[in-house]
Amino acid sequence: MKLDNIYQEEKKSNFTKVSEIIITMASRPSGFIGLSILIFHVILAFISPYIAPYDFKAINPTLMLQAPSAEYWFGTDDLGRDVFTRTILGGRTALTITFFGSLIALLWGGLLGIFCGLVGGKTDDIVMRIVDAFLSIPWILAMLLIVSLLGTSTEVLIPALGFFYGKGIVRVARAATHDVIAKDFIVSARARGHSNFSIIWYEIIPNVRDAILVEGAMRWSWMLLGFSSLSFLGFGVSPPTPDWGLMISNARGLMSFAYWSVIAPIVGLSSLIIGINLTADAFAKALGIDRSTKAPV
Amino acid sequence: MLFLIIKRILLGLITLFIVSLITFVGTEILPGDACTTYLERQAFGEQLEACYRRLGLNVPAYERYVSWAIGAIQGDFGYSLSGEMPIKEVLGPRIKNSLVLASAAIFIGIPIALILGIITALWRDKLPDVAISTVTIFAMTIPEFISATLLILIIAIWLEWLPGIVIVPTDVSFFELLPNIILPVIAIAMIMTAHMARMVRSSVIQVMASEYVQMAILKGVPYWKMVFTHVLPNALLPAINVVALTIAWLLGGVVVTEVVFNYPGLGRLVIESISNRDLPTVQALAIILASIYVSINLLADLMTLMLNPRLKTLQIRK
Repeated sequence: MKLDNIYQEEKKSNFTKVSEIIITMASRPSGFIGLSILIFHVILAFISPYIAPYDFKAINPTLMLQAPSAEYWFGTDDLGRDVFTRTILGGRTALTITFFGSLIALLWGGLLGIFCGLVGGKTDDIVMRIVDAFLSIPWILAMLLIVSLLGTSTEVLIPALGFFYGKGIVRVARAATHDVIAKDFIVSARARGHSNFSIIWYEIIPNVRDAILVEGAMRWSWMLLGFSSLSFLGFGVSPPTPDWGLMISNARGLMSFAYWSVIAPIVGLSSLIIGINLTADAFAKALGIDRSTKAPV
Repeated sequence: MLFLIIKRILLGLITLFIVSLITFVGTEILPGDACTTYLERQAFGEQLEACYRRLGLNVPAYERYVSWAIGAIQGDFGYSLSGEMPIKEVLGPRIKNSLVLASAAIFIGIPIALILGIITALWRDKLPDVAISTVTIFAMTIPEFISATLLILIIAIWLEWLPGIVIVPTDVSFFELLPNIILPVIAIAMIMTAHMARMVRSSVIQVMASEYVQMAILKGVPYWKMVFTHVLPNALLPAINVVALTIAWLLGGVVVTEVVFNYPGLGRLVIESISNRDLPTVQALAIILASIYVSINLLADLMTLMLNPRLKTLQIRK
């Protein structure tokens, strides 16, 4: 009987496993809300160019700072551009850049962490010292330095964010590797004469994957926060690209008489960050990982 | 015990050394240097040479690093580019202003976070927990610049209770600064408190589920006595480290908040010096901010060490 169960567990396809995790996530109210917000934003990002009522960069001086109306749902900004159009387009850049940024962070952070955890010794010590040093530079200063060094194009921002947010994953992956490394199946793989590469690929990765993925999901929301802060400070994407951080910083000076042009991007950005955050939390709980006592480093 | 403390301090110093190397190399490879930025179109020939000599840029990079590092240890960071005054003098009032802001936020935030964290943990999954937890999730996920902008919009513009933008000179006295910092402090304290309250909550929940607390319940220890003598001391100890890490992480948020409120602190200096390519100041700022981070963590480690009798004899975890 027991053997049957084990057999069935192994026969599950990847698709069933993923859908089971998603169902578990959606079964808690916070996970359901988070997932729906995230899915809404992703769908919006895909279809917004086709449903946007106006051109996002069309400047019209006669329509400056119009209050919301039937024609311009969220009003217009200081250059007469339609705020609704810019708001629904505003998530595209942020979502794309931070999504690929997190993938890069996951890859290099995860692999380096696993490698350090497996090899140990001097290499491990040196790498961890360097990672610690990078961790102690405030993210904002480091990101500003990187951006002013290399510019603010998408090709720079993705690897820069990916590099910078990956260093925290190194620690998580290393710790997760330490947890499995002393287990019997690793010892026996070594005894069978497997190479480091084969041990990492077949023995360690399947066991630390969950922990790293959860960390990566969390990084995604922090990266979005970092990216929009950069845009807000004027070091992110360049105008006239519609971007929430940029829109908030532009409209901020005029909000005493045109609050609508600042409210719309605020709602967009906050809901996306909260959505990703709740989803990541639900994801961690569905995989049975407790990260509530972790500091956001 | 003494060995552990010395080891922690040494590790911190090594970290700072690597940070100084990283920032030096990082600023060194920025396109253009102090002189070409400063002189702009006149950057050629005799003037450029003179500028290089004046700022000591005509010697190899490693020599400059050594002399810079020796100066930095003594608190002398050289001259800033734009103001042509010693960085020490530029930094002094800025550090004071930022410290006022951050410590006010910390002193307000920590007690509130403790109370909220304990309430949510003791009434876990009941109404107080659900209500407070929902609010903390909002407060901790929304970026600083959004909560700060909303605070200005609602309290300064719509209600007109407080000034929305800080308009004071950099070297203002403490009492003149006070009414101006209320909104920035709220903005920073809000996100800090939310993070810490979450951690205290999960820490208390963990301890409540432990065997010795179950034992205390079974022995018939009164509920509140149990909470204060058995649960809290054990729950707050591990929280110290995490809280320290959080405070250090939120330094970045302080930078953004200072920009939103136009507050004359270190954060605005970061932005100003990076946009002006004022590299000597950027280096000084990096080393100072990293030192703050390292010392907060060191302090938390030492506090845990002092308060936890078990760690006095054992190796620190990790």
